[in-house]
Amino acid sequence: MSIMTYRQALHDTLRAEMLRDENVFLIGEEIGVFEGSYKITAGLLAEFGERRVRDTPIAEEGFTGAAIGAAMLGLRPVVEIMTINFSLLALDQIVNHAAKIYGMFGGQAKVPLVIRTPGGGGQQLGATHSQNIELYYAFVPGMKVVAPSTPADAKALLLAAIRDDDPVLFLENLALYNTKGEVPDDDTPAPIGKAAVTRAGRDITLIGYSRMAYVASKVAEELAESDGLDIEVIDLRSLRPLDRETLIASVKKTHAAVVLEDDWLTYGIGAEIAASISDGAFDYLDAPVRRVAMAEVPMPYTKVLETAALPSNDDVVNAIYQTLDAVGQRRQKVGQGHD
Amino acid sequence: MTDNTRTKGKAPTPKAASPNAKRTKSAERTVAEGDRNLKFYRDMMLIRRFEERAARGYTEALIGGYCHLNLGEEAAVVGLMCALRETDYLFTNYREHGYAIMRSIDPNRVMAELYGRVDGVSKGWGGSMHMFDLTHRLLGGYGIVGGQVPLATGAALAIDYRGGDEIVMCTMGDGTANVGAFHESLNLAALWNLPIAYVIINNRLGMGTTVEKASAEPELYKRGAAYRIASERVDGLDPILVAEAATRAVASARAGKPYLLEVVTERLRGHSVVDPAKYRSAEEVALVKELDPVHTFASRLVAEGLLDEQGLARIDEEATARANEAHAFAEASAQPDPSTLFDYNYATPVANDSRRLPGEPLFEPAPRPVPEVDE
Repeated sequence: MSIMTYRQALHDTLRAEMLRDENVFLIGEEIGVFEGSYKITAGLLAEFGERRVRDTPIAEEGFTGAAIGAAMLGLRPVVEIMTINFSLLALDQIVNHAAKIYGMFGGQAKVPLVIRTPGGGGQQLGATHSQNIELYYAFVPGMKVVAPSTPADAKALLLAAIRDDDPVLFLENLALYNTKGEVPDDDTPAPIGKAAVTRAGRDITLIGYSRMAYVASKVAEELAESDGLDIEVIDLRSLRPLDRETLIASVKKTHAAVVLEDDWLTYGIGAEIAASISDGAFDYLDAPVRRVAMAEVPMPYTKVLETAALPSNDDVVNAIYQTLDAVGQRRQKVGQGHD
Repeated sequence: MTDNTRTKGKAPTPKAASPNAKRTKSAERTVAEGDRNLKFYRDMMLIRRFEERAARGYTEALIGGYCHLNLGEEAAVVGLMCALRETDYLFTNYREHGYAIMRSIDPNRVMAELYGRVDGVSKGWGGSMHMFDLTHRLLGGYGIVGGQVPLATGAALAIDYRGGDEIVMCTMGDGTANVGAFHESLNLAALWNLPIAYVIINNRLGMGTTVEKASAEPELYKRGAAYRIASERVDGLDPILVAEAATRAVASARAGKPYLLEVVTERLRGHSVVDPAKYRSAEEVALVKELDPVHTFASRLVAEGLLDEQGLARIDEEATARANEAHAFAEASAQPDPSTLFDYNYATPVANDSRRLPGEPLFEPAPRPVPEVDE
């Protein structure tokens, strides 16, 4: 076990996988000479050379598509798209090609591809550089989408993604790169398609992924200490496939849920979570599923407005108490609690 | 080879690369060349009769969806494909039945794919636009205009990465020359010296839009210059000229120098089988018919004494029989079982993979509401 940042966990895992498998190579903008916009690939060009660490021109559709084609011939490209916003330029290659090739040709061609890309606002980067559009990929059959929130998962899910024979969008987050945590020394991949109960509790279920899973853990710890609340926290980790069973099992225990998401509310990931809970645990709910999500505006540059648009810890705390109030009122009305 | 009457000045054919002038005399023709030309003709006729059978299959509702035919492009297809080694890779677009057959894929399996049957090259998952066969290194017909171009470039990158001696040929239509993916790909291939030959099949119409209306530089091969990629234009109605040009393109690619070849051809019918092509004038239709590459090549072989009327008829009969056999095979092939719907969700099995049919609930339906809220 070592303590390291999310960034370091990504870097070390990439390096280890390149050492392990000659077919693994990195491709993207500014990943070599510049060492990565967020320095995940620092030092790798010097160590592995241009063949394994391939700088590209600014041409997301071209180099993402080229990585897909290389994967079809059995290489294991790890693409870095500088931020998820720029993945829109490669949308056709990801959605119409990477996600389709295995099924559309009757299982004859695999696409063992990883696209690493960070989402996230809060860096005053304005409307076109602050989005969380992982939903676009999580919507598409054929894709796998993972979103680690801890350094340990950054390592374990990146191992899984690189060794997987399907295209995996690996969602990082600008605000998580400097967070620290314990990372196991062994190289055991995490299973894709599985959520994790990162904190067991009985009072309410708090669901998040990527940065919002981190926020969920922080808020749960704070409220346990300050108010004695016993919150269960679920980190989705995988957006496609989605582990509904873990969500339902939790809600059947706590009878209430708040979903945290950094994307926009309408049609967002939280909408799918809330609908799933309605499908699987309708009779167990003591309050409507509450969603905390980004304000539905193009992200403003100026700090005051940007802060107002992003979900805060206070927003999460308020949503938890409002939901628990609704639970209390409902139980009072029925005359008894569940437990 | 430069048939300027055909193009009526709309799409000037190149002055360069006309080595055939020296070799039109049949007396100089070698036996090998004669055999090759006969094979070209047999292959062109096979594509012709196969495509006509496919068109009929469409009207008989045996084929659904879109169905784009190689009618008029037979010379281009056979000329290009003969330049490839078995180990080379082909990426193409949605007008690819002929290419599949010329990559030595059994026509039965190509027709079965059109009919959506289990014996189809893509097991019925792809249809007309998405033929794929790894064994014969056809790495896909692709339905999105330009979609295959970055993929093909990446396949060439993989060959280069491994130090292989294969090359990639990537064919596309004239409309693709205006797509961003085309330009990004040519730039990457040139920067990285990839073993790839890009081929534009210019049939002078992108659906109903002429090249002149769609491309500010209608001499499409000139686009290679922007990326310092060697390029040329060739008359795509002559399989011999196409084969020679393709051989140059492939040799260049194999030497690590990407190449751009423009093959000017004709589309005998509409964009797809359901398109009556009303946007074409009667004169144009008549001209295109007159230029039919299968007929003109037949006349040439007869004039050169390689074939007589009987020989022509025999080749036609063989091609027709082959197309009919493909139809019979396809019709007899089984429909996929609905239980196979989720067979190709993922290459690596994964937890919580959705296998829910449209009418199925995600979870067991909720129990009827009864007042026993507590457990």
